[in-house]
Amino acid sequence: MLLNEFLILAAFLFCTGVYGVLARKHAVLVLMSVELMLAGVNINFVAFGAFHNDRIGQVFALFVLTIAAAEVGIGLAIVLLIYRNLHSADLDDVDTMKG
Amino acid sequence: MIAENVAFGIIAAAMALGALGVVRTKNVVHAALYLVVVLAGGAAQFILLGQEFVAWVQVLVYIGAVIVLFLFGIMLTRAPMHPKDSLDNDLRWPAAVTALFLVGILVGLLVHTFHADKIHLNGPVRTADITNDIFTTYIIPFEVVGVLLLGALIGAVVLARKD
Repeated sequence: MLLNEFLILAAFLFCTGVYGVLARKHAVLVLMSVELMLAGVNINFVAFGAFHNDRIGQVFALFVLTIAAAEVGIGLAIVLLIYRNLHSADLDDVDTMKG
Repeated sequence: MIAENVAFGIIAAAMALGALGVVRTKNVVHAALYLVVVLAGGAAQFILLGQEFVAWVQVLVYIGAVIVLFLFGIMLTRAPMHPKDSLDNDLRWPAAVTALFLVGILVGLLVHTFHADKIHLNGPVRTADITNDIFTTYIIPFEVVGVLLLGALIGAVVLARKD
């Protein structure tokens, strides 16, 4: 298998995530797009680990997984708070501090 | 060798379609289910690379816990199942241009740098070796991540609690 197959797949996932973060309005969908980007990064870590026959790629992928889980927990709590205060989870409505 | 590449192609196509589904679908619950396809495909790619442990952790943590959290978030924010207005904002075209630009640059650089580098697999990586690494070389990051998870847990409870 070529290393590039995995790297290009990961780049595609990452860029799809970038598109989702920029273009989505619902806060939960933005968090899902962030997860897409993290999934792409994880594929990179594991592919390079396999390429160099080193286990560090797998260890770092596990750390990324953990951080992603923490991020989703905090992120959804914030989304819940936004919904409770504004009665909407649309990020376009969060413009109180707009000049 | 050919079987591996065919398997990679099938899984990669499913993952790409799932990723596009996550950012394109009009139904929030469907987006979560498309995300399951992407993450399960990722786990399958890890198994293809012989990295078994991280694959099963991905299945347990992502598909088992994170997706359930997302579904709870969708329920609690009463996300519209059949929204009348779009779930996208006005930035769709600039975002598409940015993403295409980024994917173009990344693919160009990757092809230029790693054009024919092959992955030579020497059998699956043993879980015992991974855990040995985590609990000896990387014990400090491991403990720090544990404290971070605890902090995130307490923070989420404090934020989401009704006072």
